[in-house]
Amino acid sequence: MPENSSASVTRRDLLSLIGATAGGTALYMAMTELGFARDSDYAGPIKLSGAPKGASVLILGAGVAGLVAALELSQAGYSVQVLEYNNRVGGRNWTLRGGDRFTELGGLTQECKFDADLYLNPGPWRIPYHHRALLDYCGRLGVALEPFVQVNYNAMLHAKDSFGGKPRRYREVIADFNGYVAELLSKAVNQHQLDKAITKQDTEILLEALTAWGALDKDHRYVTGLDSSNRRGFKKDPGGGLDAFPVPSEPMGLSELLNSRLWQVFAAGMVNRYEFQTSLFQPVGGMDMISKGFNKEVGKFVRLNSKVTSIHQDQSGVTVTYEDTVQGGPAQTAHADWCLCTIPLSVLSQIDIQVGPKMKAAIDAVPYEASTKIGLQFKRKFWEEDEAIFGGISFSDLPIQVIGYPQHGVASGGKGVLLGAYAFGPSAFEWTALSPEDRVKKALEYGRQIHPQYDTEFENGIAVGWHRVPWTLGCAGAWTDETREKHYKNLCAIDGRILLAGEHASYLPAWQEGAVLSSLDAIKRLHQRVVTG
Amino acid sequence: MSQVFKEGRVTILRFLGLGAVTAFGLAGAALAADSDGAFSSDFFHFGEKDGQAMYVHVCAGCHMPNAKGAVGAAAYPALAGNANLATAGYPVAMVLHGQKAMPAVGEMMTDQQVADVVNYVRTHFGNDYKDSVTAAEVKAAR
Repeated sequence: MPENSSASVTRRDLLSLIGATAGGTALYMAMTELGFARDSDYAGPIKLSGAPKGASVLILGAGVAGLVAALELSQAGYSVQVLEYNNRVGGRNWTLRGGDRFTELGGLTQECKFDADLYLNPGPWRIPYHHRALLDYCGRLGVALEPFVQVNYNAMLHAKDSFGGKPRRYREVIADFNGYVAELLSKAVNQHQLDKAITKQDTEILLEALTAWGALDKDHRYVTGLDSSNRRGFKKDPGGGLDAFPVPSEPMGLSELLNSRLWQVFAAGMVNRYEFQTSLFQPVGGMDMISKGFNKEVGKFVRLNSKVTSIHQDQSGVTVTYEDTVQGGPAQTAHADWCLCTIPLSVLSQIDIQVGPKMKAAIDAVPYEASTKIGLQFKRKFWEEDEAIFGGISFSDLPIQVIGYPQHGVASGGKGVLLGAYAFGPSAFEWTALSPEDRVKKALEYGRQIHPQYDTEFENGIAVGWHRVPWTLGCAGAWTDETREKHYKNLCAIDGRILLAGEHASYLPAWQEGAVLSSLDAIKRLHQRVVTG
Repeated sequence: MSQVFKEGRVTILRFLGLGAVTAFGLAGAALAADSDGAFSSDFFHFGEKDGQAMYVHVCAGCHMPNAKGAVGAAAYPALAGNANLATAGYPVAMVLHGQKAMPAVGEMMTDQQVADVVNYVRTHFGNDYKDSVTAAEVKAAR
C-alpha cells in the first residue's frame, strides 16, 4: 500500500474494511444455515430388499429424478412405466449441439449451429465432488467425467464503472484485497489495538500469518515487489536467458478496489462456497451424457411426447390421462398401483391432480425462477490464445453476469463455444423478454466490453430463457424459508398412492443431486409401504 | 448485510450461486442500463420507468409481447382480454404475491412500478378499464 494512503487509515476505516469481509462470511454462514451448502446425504447405492409383489409404478417425467426411479424400481422387480412430455429423456439434464432445434414458448424456434463437438449445457453444467449420488450414477452408467474449473485465477472480474471499465484478473483482485487487509490488520496488531482480543504470543503468530497470507514485505506492507507479484502476477513474467528477470506489477489502489466491489466475488462465496470448491466435474461431451446413460438402461420404459393432463387415484391405484403431443388423437390413460410424479411444480400446479389439500397447497406454493443462458460460438478460442484463460468463469456486473469458458477441447485450438451470459434476478427476466435473436445480440454487445475479440470472431449463438422453456416454465423451484417451513414436508409426504420427487423436493434446489436424492428417498419410502403394506 | 436477508427474493437468487452479480447487486450497484432500454434493473430491483417498459421488458417474457400467453406442458395465461383484470385488485395481488409458478415479481418493484404496469395492462391488449390503481393502493395491498 502506498505510504500516503496507509498513513491516513483510521480505526473506523479498518473496521469498515473488516466489516466488508465479515459481510461475506456472514453471507456464507447464512447460506450454510439455510441448507445451501450442505453435504449430500448419500449413503451408497439404494437397496430395495423384499419383493414388490408384482406392484407397478407409473413415473411421470423422465428427468434425472424420474430416470433414477425407473432404474432402481425396475431392478427391484417393479413393473415400471414412464411418461415424458419431451421427445427425449433428461429434462433439464440437457445439452444443445449443432443441428438441435429448440422451440420456446411463444413459438420462436432456434436451430443450434454449433460445429461438431461443441455444445452448450443450458441447464446444469457442473457437479461438485460432494454430490456423491450423482457421481455414483455417472460411474454406474459409464459416464466419463472431466474436471470443471470453477475458479480460474486468470479469468476476469469486471465492474463497468471501475478501472475505466477495464476488467481485472481474478488473481490481481484477490491478491490485492488480501494484501491490503493483511497490512491493515498488521497495523492494528502493531498498534496494540488487538491486545484485548488475543494474547501476546498469538499476536506474533497472527503477524507472521498475515505477512505470509497477504504477501507483505518485512515491514508488513503490501507493496509493489516480487512478493506481491508472486500472487497477483508480474508486469513481465520471469523467463529464461539473458533478459529473464521478472518485472513486478503494481497493486491497484485500495480505495478503487473497495469501491469496485470486485472483492464480493470471493468474499460473498461466488467462487469459494462449498458447492464451488475444487474438485468439480462435468461429463465429457455434454451434461446429457448422463441422461443418455440412463436411457440405455431404462429408455424401454419411457413413452415420449406424452403430455399429462390429469392424475387421479383411488384405493386400487392411480390413473393418469395424457395426450400424444405429436400424433394427437384422443386422450389416453395409463394405470398403475403407485405414481411417482417428478413433474416440475410450475407445470404440476396446473394439472388436475387428485391429492389432499396439504399436498395441493404445497404444489401451488413454489414459484419458478427466471434464468438465462446464452452459448456463443467463435471462430477461434481467443480467450485461450490471446488471454491465457483456460476454463473457469469471469464475472461482471453487466447483465450477462458471467462468461464461462469451455473445458472441453481446452488448449487444442479450433473453434469454441463460450457461455456468453448466465443471468439470474431481474435481468434474467429482461433477457427472457427479448427474442432469442436479440438475446444473442445483447450478449455480444455486453461481452465485447470484456473481450473485444467478440467483434471479429463471433459466428453464431443460441439463447435459452428458462421461463420460456415449455416443459418447466422456469429454471427451478424457488423456496423461501417460510414456504419450506409451511409446505416442504407436505410436498414430500406420500399422499395415498402418489408421491413427488425432483429438485423441488430437496434442499439442494436446482442441483441434479437434489433430484437424485429426493428420488431415492421417495422410492425407499414407497418400497417400504409396498413391502409392509 | 442483514437487510439483504430480509429481501424475500434472496432465497431465489442465491440458489446456485450463479453469478457474482448476486454479490455486486447486494451492494446496490446497478447493472448497466443500455441504449434501447432492454436492461435497466439491478440485481434486486426492476428499473423500468413506466408501465409499458415494464410490460415489454419483464412481463412479456412469460405473457408474451402480444399478451396472448403461451401453452406448453402448462400455460401462461393471456392478459389480452382477460376478464380477471376487471377488478384492479386482482392483477395487483398477482404481481405482488405471485400465484403458483408465477414469482412475486412485485417484490422487486416499487409501489409506483406495480401501479404503472397494472394500469398499462388494464388499458392495452384489448383491455379498456377506466379506473386506475395508485401507488398508495399498491402499498396497502403489499
